[in-house]
Amino acid sequence: MQIELQQIQKSFGRVDVLKGVDLKVEAGTIHGLVGENGAGKSTLMKILTGYLSRSGGSILIDGQEANYNDPAAAAKLGIGMLYQEPQDFPPLTVLDNFIVGRDNHPDNRREWQQRRLDELSDQVRFQLRGDDLLERLTVGERQQLEFLRLLGRDAKLLILDEPTTGISDRQKERLFAALQQIRDQGRTILLVSHKLEEIAALCSRVTVLRHGMVTGEECAPFHIPRLLELMFDKAPVNSVQNRPQATGKALLTFENISANGERTGLNACSCTIHRGEIVGLAGLSGSGQGLFLRLAAALKRPLEGQIRFHGTTLNGRDHRTVKRLGGCFLPANRLEEGLIAGFTLVDHFTLAMSCSESTARVAASAAIKKFNIRGTPDTLVESLSGGNQQRLLLALIPEDANLVLLENPTRGLDLASAEWVWSYLRSQYSSRGTVVFSSAELEEMLEVADRILVFFDGRVVRDLPIGQVVYRDVAAAMTGY
Amino acid sequence: MQNLKQHLIDTLLILAIAGPFTSLLLALVGASPADAFGHLFSGSFGSWSKFSRVLNVWIPLTLCSLGLLYAFRSGLWNIGVEGQLVLGAVGTAGVLRLGVDAASPLLVLMLALLAGALLGSLWALLAGWLKIKGGVHEIFAGLGLNFVAMGIILWLIFGPWKRPGIASMSGTEPFPRELWFPMLEGWRVSPFALALALAAIVITAWVLNHSRFGLNLKAVGHNPRAVLLYGLSPQTYLLTAIIISGALAGLAGGVQVSAIYHRLIPAISSGYGYLSLLVVMLANFRLLPIPLIALFFAALNVGSIQLPMMMQLDSSLAGVIQGACVLSALLVFGLRRLKKGADG
Amino acid sequence: MNNLSLTLLLAGVLATAAPLIIAALGETLTEKAGVINLSLDGSLLLSAMVGFMAAYESGSFTLGFAAAAVTGAVIAALVGIFGIYLGQLQVAVGFALTLMCKDLAYFLGNPYARLQGPQLLSLELPWLSDIPLLGPVLFRQPLVVYLSLLLIALVWWYLYRTGRGLELRAVGENPEAAYTRGIDPRRKQLLYTLVGGALVGAAGAAFSLGIKPGWGRPQGIEGIGWIALAIVIFGGWHPVKVALGALLFAFLQVIGISLQGVWPSIPAQVFQVAPFPMMILALLLLNLAQRETFRHALQRRPGLALLVRRLQGAPPRALGQNFKPDR
Repeated sequence: MQIELQQIQKSFGRVDVLKGVDLKVEAGTIHGLVGENGAGKSTLMKILTGYLSRSGGSILIDGQEANYNDPAAAAKLGIGMLYQEPQDFPPLTVLDNFIVGRDNHPDNRREWQQRRLDELSDQVRFQLRGDDLLERLTVGERQQLEFLRLLGRDAKLLILDEPTTGISDRQKERLFAALQQIRDQGRTILLVSHKLEEIAALCSRVTVLRHGMVTGEECAPFHIPRLLELMFDKAPVNSVQNRPQATGKALLTFENISANGERTGLNACSCTIHRGEIVGLAGLSGSGQGLFLRLAAALKRPLEGQIRFHGTTLNGRDHRTVKRLGGCFLPANRLEEGLIAGFTLVDHFTLAMSCSESTARVAASAAIKKFNIRGTPDTLVESLSGGNQQRLLLALIPEDANLVLLENPTRGLDLASAEWVWSYLRSQYSSRGTVVFSSAELEEMLEVADRILVFFDGRVVRDLPIGQVVYRDVAAAMTGY
Repeated sequence: MQNLKQHLIDTLLILAIAGPFTSLLLALVGASPADAFGHLFSGSFGSWSKFSRVLNVWIPLTLCSLGLLYAFRSGLWNIGVEGQLVLGAVGTAGVLRLGVDAASPLLVLMLALLAGALLGSLWALLAGWLKIKGGVHEIFAGLGLNFVAMGIILWLIFGPWKRPGIASMSGTEPFPRELWFPMLEGWRVSPFALALALAAIVITAWVLNHSRFGLNLKAVGHNPRAVLLYGLSPQTYLLTAIIISGALAGLAGGVQVSAIYHRLIPAISSGYGYLSLLVVMLANFRLLPIPLIALFFAALNVGSIQLPMMMQLDSSLAGVIQGACVLSALLVFGLRRLKKGADG
Repeated sequence: MNNLSLTLLLAGVLATAAPLIIAALGETLTEKAGVINLSLDGSLLLSAMVGFMAAYESGSFTLGFAAAAVTGAVIAALVGIFGIYLGQLQVAVGFALTLMCKDLAYFLGNPYARLQGPQLLSLELPWLSDIPLLGPVLFRQPLVVYLSLLLIALVWWYLYRTGRGLELRAVGENPEAAYTRGIDPRRKQLLYTLVGGALVGAAGAAFSLGIKPGWGRPQGIEGIGWIALAIVIFGGWHPVKVALGALLFAFLQVIGISLQGVWPSIPAQVFQVAPFPMMILALLLLNLAQRETFRHALQRRPGLALLVRRLQGAPPRALGQNFKPDR
């Protein structure tokens, strides 16, 4: 099946996620789709499967315009998707999961379906037992099952969204072998990934998406630096400079920390962060950085290892301990985790300072001036723009904080706001405090950090002072090279 | 102003749905809606004596509703309010039994009410604890505990606290007059109980809308994840909220024993716990409408008492109207939400 | 206890359990699809009244049961529409409905109170009822008793052996995934809310036309709906275990009446409370079993682990949540 997307647009409210994307996938090929987080890959794919409606553009299947607006209709046309988050039913058995769906073969007899499952498993050498409960399976096995199910109902176009996250190397090998095998049978595969190694191994063509637009299309064999260039903005010319190395005392130490969470978890992470440092946590999102920050804030508990902050071990403590010692955390999804919808600025200051309303009102007015927040003390936080919400969160940091943990602090901010945020953080904390932040934007990191930890698949794969950072190496490390 | 207008429109819409629905039902059983509404009104507001009876219903209903508001603010569905009311009645009755020959009846009365509030809050704490430590949803824990409370009160009335000689559904031996809630000459409602309810309204209004505790509680209810970052412990606030909720319900139970029935009966709650949930739902979880809605519901309850005699109708018409109002409210709020979603 | 009274006891248990089984299985279907219908208690009463009224007026049991089932379905439809389509809390709607329907039943049923109405007679199955001991227990019962037993098998078969039953469970576990597979979760949920409601309605008629014949205030089945809800949880959302739970409760109730002779001071109602602590315990166990520490402890004791697994049933994961597709 050949598929062509023309000028696909999608906006959520006022945010344009896709700004006219063209993509053509030839029949019988494995086509790669790469891009940073937030580039719009998943949204594009959900439109292709009918899960999301599109705001504009058209879809052509084998040259014919196709109009459908739910997954059932897309499935009838032969489009199937392996979602990033497994879309299955853990309490049901493997066979049940194989059967469920209106897109299935009409013959729903269990014996027939069991035979079909076995046949397909043999074909691509997966080992799945029909009567196992799905919740006992690994993510990789659940994915294999979903893959077989799509094969079983003759999907002609298979979309795989980040299929290798959280699965073992062996499972990955099997999956790749199976993909090549079914491609040779004439099926079309669209592989969405940010792991360039995998793209290079499988795809004949790859399309690069950035900020909701196609920035380029390349043919195999791929020149990795070229792909990286298309994926990320250009390396800033004067970014790598020698900044004074921090020599302060150890402030925060991770000793062999392992934890569950996000999708990759965190494995055996050890590092020490010193007073006065600005540390950037690089990595594609969900590689463990968010988990690192939450562990440091004692919002999550590690499975193993010890975290110390100002010499106090955080095992068994909660965020209040961290707060008391001068730590604070600013989450990326500000409205879900950091601010309280339905509350005004004054309410937030009352909460943060635990003071009377009148004191809080004074503080809110002062903060509005100092932080240039577009709003009044009685504005509800959900009606603030993203940039102003971030300014508010910064304003709520207590005066005496000495460790600021920020998750994607400039996400969704325009350039001016982002610059303002960094100039504020620098002026405030370069002399007396430590800033640890994660970001999906590499160039931002190179501009502001003194030191960079690169996360990949739940591990810290590089720990470099800024003077030793080579842009390309970091970009490659983030994508698994 | 905008808000007030919207509330007014909502209220009218709710009445515009519930009113015709009720009229239709009345017509269905061959009764004149106008007569029925007339009797409901005259039966509740027709005389001081009748109105004072309304107030007697209004007091416990308001107390329970106010208590629920604390729980709802923190995000808890304290459906166990009914059982907390019952246990409150048990606590009060227990102390009153002990204080029959005490020198200072007033002191005994105060202690009894306190015991009611205490037992009510303990019963609520049990539901809260099951929720926080055991992961049992408060609706199921609360419901279950309501029935257990029912079992306890029946056991007491038919067992240890039974009337000398005969145990019956008519309850325990009445308490001596000294242990009744003080009355004024010519009043059928105790002004002190009335003062208690009014004080609870004022205090709740202040706590929920103007105190830091109220703000924190609301924050926990709105976003239990974010409050962690402000150094608040959601669990502590949830437990505190449900304890207060239980204490107010327990107080209502105490009032039922000491000011209304003067003994413990199996139906001591009169279903006011469950009814107060409807009050709060109809008030859309806001404080200000609660006293008014509670008064409306109380008037329906009292006014409907004379329906069987005057019109050969069952007094449950009151409950039908109350339920119809709440369902209409859910419909109106739901449609408004749908419209908002379509606009956004 | 001699054979005769044992037989009577068991026969009583089966009869008492029958409507409860029907109602609890109806609710099981609804909850398995991810909707919680809290209106059971009021729904049972109202449909009991409507069933009695319809049968009284028409003289037809079929009409009585049909009217009751429609009543139950209409009430359930309100829960479904307000919840699934209008995004209101399902428990809030159900709760308001349960209180209102109860009063509605008393109000509309007032003219029919304490009338002598039609009553299902026991149906003796030829030959089978002559089997000693078992015969009178199993085969000398009103028709609804046989139907309730049949329903256990039917619901189990539908849920676990048919494609539609599989879809039902899938929707209750993960509506979003069902949606990606071309199933409309909201339509399915509404459908099974209606089916469940209709069964609850039929259970109401089973009371007023068979097990607790007639109509009045109080009807004597107040609280049964809540018990049915508790039993669904106690039975771990599994139809067979739910039915066993209903039988266990009926046994407690029947034996409670007998025990009144032994402890006259304790009213029978006290025994009715039993399902509720059991429900809380079941939920407690369910949640504790998910704790890491508890699981570790269990891993070392496979026998105990098996027992816990058998006893506990997980609630449908999407229970009570309203699904709304992203567009």
